[in-house]
Amino acid sequence: MATVLKTCLVAAGLVWALAAQTVQAEEMKRYVVEGSRAATLPSCVEPTELMRRQHMEFIKHQRIATVHEGIRKEKYGLSGCVDCHISYSAERIPQPINQADQFCGACHAFAAVNLNCFDCHASVPNGTPLDAAAAHEAAGVAAQVQSHRDGEDH
Amino acid sequence: MKDDNDAINSERRTFLGVAAGITAAAVAPGVILHTVAAAPRAEPVTSDVRWGLLIDTAKCVDGCSACVDACNHENGLNLQVMPAGESPQKWETQKAVWIRKIKLQDNQTGRVTTLPLMCQHCDDPPCVDVCPTGASFKRADGIVMVDRHLCIGCRYCMMACPYKARSFNHAEMHGQLTSVPRGKGCVESCNLCVHRRDFEQESTACVDACAAEGHHAIVFGDLKNPNSEISQLLNAMPSRQIREDLVLNTGVRYSGV
Repeated sequence: MATVLKTCLVAAGLVWALAAQTVQAEEMKRYVVEGSRAATLPSCVEPTELMRRQHMEFIKHQRIATVHEGIRKEKYGLSGCVDCHISYSAERIPQPINQADQFCGACHAFAAVNLNCFDCHASVPNGTPLDAAAAHEAAGVAAQVQSHRDGEDH
Repeated sequence: MKDDNDAINSERRTFLGVAAGITAAAVAPGVILHTVAAAPRAEPVTSDVRWGLLIDTAKCVDGCSACVDACNHENGLNLQVMPAGESPQKWETQKAVWIRKIKLQDNQTGRVTTLPLMCQHCDDPPCVDVCPTGASFKRADGIVMVDRHLCIGCRYCMMACPYKARSFNHAEMHGQLTSVPRGKGCVESCNLCVHRRDFEQESTACVDACAAEGHHAIVFGDLKNPNSEISQLLNAMPSRQIREDLVLNTGVRYSGV
């Protein structure tokens, strides 16, 4: 009797462990926001696993090359991250990428890691005034972004 | 994993090599130079060029602030707002300004000269000497600028600069431009529109604005290229550095002062 009980317990334990893992796998969130360009691509500039663990290293190396040597063509630029991972609201307004429900913001909130790139860097694609005007015109968001850029809404 | 990366890189390099070859072939006849000119920089900047400005104060008009406004717009300086409760007088002296219009008067003759004063992009910059973190640096192409990732906001460089060219960001900022990241706690100054340099554009915002006003008081170019417009003008007309006595070999030169 005791053996049967033990077996049952072990079996139950195994089932629970398996189920828990499944649940965990389902809970493994995908932070790429639907509607962003990134959601349509198979992976980022490097395989996803690598990006998850090392994106900060890539960005850090890129920033030195860009600021000190003027190299703007490398693939790890922060503006590239923003361009690809940005999503737009129903009114075609770009959602700041560090917002709690957006790509950078959501994962950093989950991982409890401070995200201060966007204290200085643009959290929405906001090019040089000339380029930006054309891009926003094309995306139909000129009015919203324009007012934001000139600080009229502050 | 490493092998995979190497494989990817070598393919990419081959592709880039071919692309560069095709580009070079296309540029050689000098036909589509303009299209190629907008490409982002792929190689590190070198000291083969030294960017500079020549300002003809005779053409600079009193009361005109086109260069200042253009600079503010280009670099997102117009995003700053006066913090609540700040006195307007204090704000005037504290807000970030990359170019200021200066009026000089010779007390003996009464002659008044106006000129725009920005970072003079010294060959031997005092701001770089005093920076404790290496944030204030001179790029190989002569542009003196701040690496905001390294800047701790100590403001020694502001003290050291004889031209009062640098500003400190006191307040949080929103809506920054992609090309000009700016934020609270860092020092900043004119960087000769470095984002334009890296995308091979030909001028700076202030030069464009001055030309658009019809004044053409500012000329931008490569001081090391004897055939550039700026070198030819420097060769032809008398010009001075401001505070020549400090022997900083500035990249911004003035004529008519």
